[in-house]
Amino acid sequence: MKRSHVRTLIFLALVLGWGAFARNPYHLQLLAVIGVHTLLALGLNLLMGFAGQISLGHAAFYGIGAYASGVLTVHLGWSPWVAGPAALALAAAVALVVGLPTLRLTGYYLGMGTLGFGMIVYVLFREWSGLTGGASGLVGIPPLCLGPIELSSGRNGFWLIWLVVLANFLLCERLIDSRMGRALRAIHDSERAAAAVGVDTARLKVMVFVLSAVMAALAGFLYAHMMSFISPSSFDFMVSIRVVTMVVIGGMASVWGALFGAALLTMLPEWLHVFADYEMMVYGLILMVVMIFLPQGLTRGVMDLYERWQRSLDRSRPSAQS
Amino acid sequence: MLRIRNLSGYYGRIQALRGVSLSVRAGEIVALIGANGAGKSTLMKAVSGLLEAWDGIMEFEKVSLKSRKPPAIVDLGVSLVPEGRWIFAPMSVRDHLRLGAYSRRRRSDTAAIERDADAVMELFPILRERAAQAAGTLSGGEQQMLAIARALMARPKLLLLDEPSMGLAPLLVEKIFATLVQLRDQGLTLLLVEQNARAALRIADRGYVLETGRVVLQGTAAELLDDQEVKRAYLGRDYREFCEGRD
Repeated sequence: MKRSHVRTLIFLALVLGWGAFARNPYHLQLLAVIGVHTLLALGLNLLMGFAGQISLGHAAFYGIGAYASGVLTVHLGWSPWVAGPAALALAAAVALVVGLPTLRLTGYYLGMGTLGFGMIVYVLFREWSGLTGGASGLVGIPPLCLGPIELSSGRNGFWLIWLVVLANFLLCERLIDSRMGRALRAIHDSERAAAAVGVDTARLKVMVFVLSAVMAALAGFLYAHMMSFISPSSFDFMVSIRVVTMVVIGGMASVWGALFGAALLTMLPEWLHVFADYEMMVYGLILMVVMIFLPQGLTRGVMDLYERWQRSLDRSRPSAQS
Repeated sequence: MLRIRNLSGYYGRIQALRGVSLSVRAGEIVALIGANGAGKSTLMKAVSGLLEAWDGIMEFEKVSLKSRKPPAIVDLGVSLVPEGRWIFAPMSVRDHLRLGAYSRRRRSDTAAIERDADAVMELFPILRERAAQAAGTLSGGEQQMLAIARALMARPKLLLLDEPSMGLAPLLVEKIFATLVQLRDQGLTLLLVEQNARAALRIADRGYVLETGRVVLQGTAAELLDDQEVKRAYLGRDYREFCEGRD
């Protein structure tokens, strides 16, 4: 059995375990939020970890997914199952239009470009109150239902979200080891060299940007119908930064990194409530410590520790015999 | 096969090529020699599409290369082995070979690509030993072989090699150049840019000498190897031997 299959099975077992044994609705909802964040981080990880392109405006696509589906269901009475795909298509179209000019930029400039885009979209959510409800938010978004079964909250919500996460997880794993994945990794290392090999770098960067945006919109769609209420503050600049932090803390260029990063950054604020006023300070401190001691992120760091432990075991064995 | 007429190439406002004309016929090795800054690499970049600012005529098999981007030129059958190899350090050797076949996008190509990967690893057996290793851990010579192997994976008709001997031990250079001859004998056409003029002219059929962006000399490889000017300037003969030879 391939190692990636083993990892996928472990992942599946973890999800099944959680789903079957978590009783507390608060825990189930927290786990569902982790799922939504994992989806966001997975999408951004494709862009940052594999293609090496930064986006500081990813919350915009997350918001487009949420608001488009929310507006279509609340104001026009569409079924969420129709509004969802429409929201994803809208996010893809916006990503294409934004990506074509901005992805010509690199490094800091690409960061600035996407940052500006994120801010514009945030202002749209807040000021277009006729459609979005403005700063007070959009209320009454219907839950996702399959016949009589409600899929948006409690255990069913958990299953649905993690099923989608798992599907995207597998998609990313497949993608990385495909023709496109190799080309993306080549672009990450050197765009010029990738072009010399025959990779159409401009086109591929836009493609992965669109894919990443659609994954963010999917997360937004699930989030909106789970919460039934959305407001602009869930999609502001800080959210973009938090997704970037998830990817970096978790470890770039690893699908597991997205999962660990999203889990840690969602759980930390919950755990840190005990510190009351000092919460954000401790939070920042933890992130700093992780980056100083595990600069490659959690995934790589944990693997390094494990390998070091294995090596020390190997070393101690012959000395015990002598 | 490749026809270049009156090519001028620019880096911003600096003109690196000043009206170069040359041609490469199918099945031959053509060497392009010259000192640092003569414009050799610029020419390679122009042919492979990496340099966009150029004037003149460039045709490959009667198809103009004007405003074609690198991927389109790879599709035509021209692959570049770049100066400095441009290896992707974290990627494995096998992934490099698969990436080299990027331009072959049909699903039915998959089996053929694996066969080709086997064939190039036959050509460079060391790559088979290193197949799972990250390319960054390879030695300079192995990286050069990998760069050539990667370019071959696109099944080019014309292979452009930019300084393949750079920084390598003489024994390795000999080995790599022997492989180039082998490739020519299998029907591949090669355009070879070299500072190591002697090694290049030994395996080449014809050669051009480039100086400050112009072709100053051309001929068969044997003629160039024998030419007094070439000997003095590029073959690194002892100056005294050169003077006495003239008398």
